[in-house]
Amino acid sequence: MNPSYTTLAAVLIPLMGSPFIILLNKRPNYREAATLVTGVILFLVVLSLVPIVLDGGRPGIELIKIMPGLSLAFEVEPLGMIFALIASGLWIVTSVYAIGYMRGHHEENQTRFYFFFAVAITAAIGVAFSANLLTLFIFYEVLTLSTFPLVTHHGTEAAMRGGRVYLGTLISTSIVFLLLAIVWTWNLTGTLDFTPGGILTGHASNGVILTLLVLYAFGTGKAALMPFHRWLPAAMVAPTPVSALLHGVAVVKAGVFTIMKVVVYIFGIDLLADTDLSVWLIYVAAATILIASLVALTKDNLKARLAYSTISQLSYIVLGAALANSWGVIGGSMHMVTHAFGKITLFFCAGAILVASHKTEISDMKGIGRQMPFTMFAFLIGSLSIIGLPPFAGTWSKWYLVLGTLEGGHYVVVVVLILSSLLNIAYLLPIVVNAFFIPEENGEPSVGFKEAPLSCIIPLLFTAAGCVILFIYSEPLLELTLKIGGY
Amino acid sequence: MVIESHLPILQIVVPLAAAPLCVLLRQKTVVWVFALIVSWTTLAIAITILMRVLDQGTLSYALGSWPAPWGIEIRIDAVNAYILLLVSIIGAVVLLYAPSSVTEEIPADSHHLFYSAYLLCLTGLLGITATGDAFNLFVFLEISSLSSYALISLGKDRRALTAAYQYLVLGTIGATFILIGIGFMYMMTGTLNMADLAVQLESVKNTRTVITAFAFFSVGVSLKLALFPLHLWLPNAYAFAPSVVTAFLAATATKVSIYVLLRFIFTVFGTDFAFETMMLDAVLLPLALIGILVGSTVAVFQNNIKRMLAYSSVAQIGYMILGISFFSLTGLTGGIVHLFNHALMKGALFLVMGGVAMRIGSVNLNDMRGLGKRMPVTMAAFVIGGLSLIGVPLTVGFISKWYLVLAAIEQGMWPVAVLILLGSLIAVIYIWRVIEVAYFQEVQPGDEREIKELPLTMQIAIWLLIGGTIIFGIFTPLTLGVAKKAAALLLGVLP
Repeated sequence: MNPSYTTLAAVLIPLMGSPFIILLNKRPNYREAATLVTGVILFLVVLSLVPIVLDGGRPGIELIKIMPGLSLAFEVEPLGMIFALIASGLWIVTSVYAIGYMRGHHEENQTRFYFFFAVAITAAIGVAFSANLLTLFIFYEVLTLSTFPLVTHHGTEAAMRGGRVYLGTLISTSIVFLLLAIVWTWNLTGTLDFTPGGILTGHASNGVILTLLVLYAFGTGKAALMPFHRWLPAAMVAPTPVSALLHGVAVVKAGVFTIMKVVVYIFGIDLLADTDLSVWLIYVAAATILIASLVALTKDNLKARLAYSTISQLSYIVLGAALANSWGVIGGSMHMVTHAFGKITLFFCAGAILVASHKTEISDMKGIGRQMPFTMFAFLIGSLSIIGLPPFAGTWSKWYLVLGTLEGGHYVVVVVLILSSLLNIAYLLPIVVNAFFIPEENGEPSVGFKEAPLSCIIPLLFTAAGCVILFIYSEPLLELTLKIGGY
Repeated sequence: MVIESHLPILQIVVPLAAAPLCVLLRQKTVVWVFALIVSWTTLAIAITILMRVLDQGTLSYALGSWPAPWGIEIRIDAVNAYILLLVSIIGAVVLLYAPSSVTEEIPADSHHLFYSAYLLCLTGLLGITATGDAFNLFVFLEISSLSSYALISLGKDRRALTAAYQYLVLGTIGATFILIGIGFMYMMTGTLNMADLAVQLESVKNTRTVITAFAFFSVGVSLKLALFPLHLWLPNAYAFAPSVVTAFLAATATKVSIYVLLRFIFTVFGTDFAFETMMLDAVLLPLALIGILVGSTVAVFQNNIKRMLAYSSVAQIGYMILGISFFSLTGLTGGIVHLFNHALMKGALFLVMGGVAMRIGSVNLNDMRGLGKRMPVTMAAFVIGGLSLIGVPLTVGFISKWYLVLAAIEQGMWPVAVLILLGSLIAVIYIWRVIEVAYFQEVQPGDEREIKELPLTMQIAIWLLIGGTIIFGIFTPLTLGVAKKAAALLLGVLP
């Protein structure tokens, strides 16, 4: 097939799968099969584009021209490729997990759940492959709207409250800041296309560039840069598969992806490096890394702790973009992947614990490792990868980020990164230690295993294995990141 | 062809002649079919006229062959051809929707009167738009106003009477101001033909009389177009009028008044006088912004959704006036294209509410729980219309907002750009309230009524407009292209 159509197909496949999910409402097994088949096809299609992109090809297609210079168009480049790969690949894993979780937890409205999940994946792939800011903005908003029914899945008052915070923050930042920045960019340059080397050079004064960067950074609410981070903990009212894929991977990565993409293809890292206009963002990101880690320490609810950990880890990627050097871009883009594997594992574990033992608070999880050894073992691996210890994937991304920080001469930030890793240890490892080494309080000694259903356990072991494999076999990923922005 | 050369007058005369015939026909289905044929004929004429104007430039038609400036001239250029098209589209689509809703809301013995008044109102609006004569404009203004007072008072709720009365009083004040303005201009120049007025006024522009004329005229028109704070008649009139009437008036009446404002500022008085001597932009800009913010904010707190949409209209009128007040090609294009776009989406939204009122007997938010499941097709239309009102990409609302924000940025008015977007944000809130109740809340326990979807003609009418909000949001050459041409014509930057 012509690669342009393959690009379009990738965006449309999950959308085309969604009607089948609705039609098979009454037959859950076929319905889940529809999700899985769609997921596998999508992943294969995305995968088929990898060699083309590695060869320097940029397959793309223009769908609709709304006004001159303003169109709905797709184009695949390495950064988008990375994002599309993790979103589509982990969707399959999450779907397997969701089958066990949703049934094991006796959730209602499962058809609606799988339907909106598929729509959200369409939006994520649309964000990944968008050829210009307008297309990205459209799919960014579709992603927000399609995940709302997932966040408020339980329909309770608490879920609706969480949903309002979620929608309110994401919509308002994107309309007031992001859209303004986009219109402004168009006014300055007459184009919104993502172009290697950026489009703003020579079109705007330093003051304007600085303001634009502020608008882009905070307008992308999904990147959860403080002080616009509250929506992420609020979104934790969602069922765990949603938190895992969307609020550990797709939605939040769409945010940092946007920032990375704008820095590389709209501003151009040379422009930012020459003018030092992104230094403030380095420090905002560093502050978010540190503060969010500290807040995570105080949370007893496991998912809330993971949410704050995510906020902190997202800022690593923003930091990578703000460094405006190639190490930063490589480290940031790799962190999108390594964090995805680590964090999705942790969320899967949190969900498995909930399904098997109905526990949500960390203080109740003492001794749980004896009942759920596989789950807690995976949790350990995920934690170590997030912390950044070898032989786990997180090592590489942190390594390149530190390199980038050193090259930029931001020694304070290096200290922050080290401190943050220590904080990661402090808020993640005690959970594992308590689970394995502290006996259950005033409970009867546990008898045998009490793990979650198999379709929950296999995915979490799989992603945990991914954390190791990505450490050993990081070559292809590095190759993709090296090609970002034509460097 | 002979008929073709008479198209400009036929645009007005066809519905005018048909109105009294409605009274004679009496039988309600027959009247409806007749009115429907008339309105679609009007639409066909409007399309033909627009095509000819785009092709050949301005059309001038001397009524009774009396040459201008003595006789009455009908003068149609890209600006008013565009508005004629808008008014006749809405007129035709709303009539298609009408029968079931009218049967529900208006006593059976006055159906023929309703259709007669409707066609008269349509005549008035088309006449205002088409004419090139200032006094003739006033006459048509009165035709449309008087018939709309009558139409509003037909509302089922008894408060419709007070609403109509309130509108009558304020509308008459507005019309009188307009007449005083026209009178003063006539006093100074001895002519009523707009093109001639423009020439003659040049030499007497700085006299106190002309300045007073301008003041009276612009305040009068502002009342008719419901510019904040002269919008007080609007919310009640829209909330309590029959659904069909609300949809028709909301989509057309204020738009035509904005056209009158445009025509007099740009063609008759001239931009130098309006914007430099009288500093109209300094008046319009803040009022438009306050209108946007106050209108939207008040809309958030409404329980009656028709009323909510009415306050939203006050805000949307603010956007159009804002576009004019920028006094630039981009701004004016944004304002004019928003005239058209807003008519499509607000018309559709009011039609949806008419259907909701027909099926569940109320347009209060509390009664709409679970409506997304009970009337899925209709509520889907509401969602799309709402998204367009917010200004989501791929809907027409986005095109308007894009141009308005761009115009603000071009002029370096950052706070204004942010305020426009804030307005969108408030729109998110009031639209979302409805969506949340309709889709994410369960039907009230105990309410076990079987709610049917709307009949086919109503669905077709709604989806014609909703389809328009999407199609013209993606393929812009027609709406945006003509709006650009119109704006360029008004600013005199195009041959």
